[in-house]
Amino acid sequence: MKEHLLVAAGFGGQGVMLLGQVIATAGMFDGKYTTWLPSYGPEMRGGTANCTVVINDEPIGSPITESPNELIVMNIPSLTKFEKQIQPGGVMVINTSVVDRESTRKDIEIFKIDAGAVAERLGNMKVANMVILGAYIAKTGAVTLEGVRKAFEKKLTGEKADLIDLNIQAVKAGMEAVGQ
Amino acid sequence: MAEKVMVKGNEAMAEAAVRAGCRIYFGYPITPQSEFIEYMARRMPQIEGVFLQSESEVAAVNMVYGAACTGNRVMTSTSSPGFSLMQEGVSYIAGAMLPAVFVNVVRGGPGLGDIQPAQSDYFQATKGGAHGDYHLIVLAPGSIQESVDLMEDAFRMADEYRMPVLILADGMLGQMMEPVEFPEFVKLEGINDHSAWALRGATGREANKVTSFDIDPVNLEKMNIFIQEIYKRIKAKEVRYETIGLEDAEYMLVGYGTMGRILGSVVKLARSKGIKVGLFRPITLWPFPYAELKKAAEGVKTILTVEMSMGQMVEDVRLAVEGSVPVQFYGRTGGMVPTPDEVLAELLKHV
Repeated sequence: MKEHLLVAAGFGGQGVMLLGQVIATAGMFDGKYTTWLPSYGPEMRGGTANCTVVINDEPIGSPITESPNELIVMNIPSLTKFEKQIQPGGVMVINTSVVDRESTRKDIEIFKIDAGAVAERLGNMKVANMVILGAYIAKTGAVTLEGVRKAFEKKLTGEKADLIDLNIQAVKAGMEAVGQ
Repeated sequence: MAEKVMVKGNEAMAEAAVRAGCRIYFGYPITPQSEFIEYMARRMPQIEGVFLQSESEVAAVNMVYGAACTGNRVMTSTSSPGFSLMQEGVSYIAGAMLPAVFVNVVRGGPGLGDIQPAQSDYFQATKGGAHGDYHLIVLAPGSIQESVDLMEDAFRMADEYRMPVLILADGMLGQMMEPVEFPEFVKLEGINDHSAWALRGATGREANKVTSFDIDPVNLEKMNIFIQEIYKRIKAKEVRYETIGLEDAEYMLVGYGTMGRILGSVVKLARSKGIKVGLFRPITLWPFPYAELKKAAEGVKTILTVEMSMGQMVEDVRLAVEGSVPVQFYGRTGGMVPTPDEVLAELLKHV
């Protein structure tokens, strides 16, 4: 497989770090090599939070990249910062509930999802990140839905186990929103 | 095969230490290492261990010194400025010949620096950060799994050679997550029988004495020579490194820790462009694999050493090859991490 080099970016609080962790953990359950690297430090307050996820069949060298081939953009500063970096032919998923402008890139595949509206229909705005995750896995095939389900089962335990179904619904809704 | 779990580097190293038999931890929080001490705060009470958050790194290292006198497995973890504060205690522990494990999750320096990943503490780690003729065994994991695997070795070496061992990580290794398989718990019985010297109560026997002090220079020299004999054994037995693609390599990259693994990606990138590149990644920074590196460099045109510093390990690379191969250097510092594309561009300048 081609190495998936994903950068997921947004405001702190939009759940981009969790989104990245779920993808990386799903990759593990799919039997892949995977790394999750967060941005950390003072730039997270009010600025962009981002993480880098790498998924590969082979052992992973670099857990960082300045030229991802996949990008998840949850806010405008992230679009401005990272759209320059994505490789030609790459895949970008944009959360249009927050990002109300167009990408300047013409040489990549762009998928726009009103993740907030989809999440609202499901009755919980907090799962907007998982709607985006659904769109991302539908368009890149980076990880399987089954892997994502196992990642939720690992992360959401005890009282939170009730939230697994909702999160899976959100992922499926995201997949459907991009036509799958 | 053990179950794989997705875990943060700091937490993985802490759990690995517990499984390696560490039941005593002292520390003081500092980014990007804080998840380590947080994990120990949760974990130690579950296994009837000792967890104590000290008032400073100076206190923490002296608590480690005290606990190490009993011969039990003890450790601390910190990040660069904190490890600087610990140096006096490290030297005393080395002088008193005590087993202890340190983890430095290195961040940008000098001074307070920043909290991003760096490798600018190499000199401090390998050339003696404090006073006296002493060394630490320095292990540099390139992945979270390797940091877990090396933890048991760290405690084993500390016990076997009665000396402090340092795991030199960096902020990236501490903060990132990767699937990890943990080893089984080490059986504590009999792993560290230090009854010949440890301070565990002297009822009914001669008192043991642990000290780094000897006022008689004749004796102090003897003690130093004795320690140097131990270092010779370590150099003969414990050198570790990894190589990738050196069989037909015309160019050799050298890097350690997470930089070393990033260079693994550069090897792939370069080879996809038809450039025959290999990688030499030292895993023990002390003892440094001088002879092994020199042998690996036979027949290569140029060596490019890459570090997250302004050039520290590169001095050992030059010592290793003794002028037989030109050694170039590329580094970023202050928390900046060279990316594979960036290193490839640098490599192409020398091809």
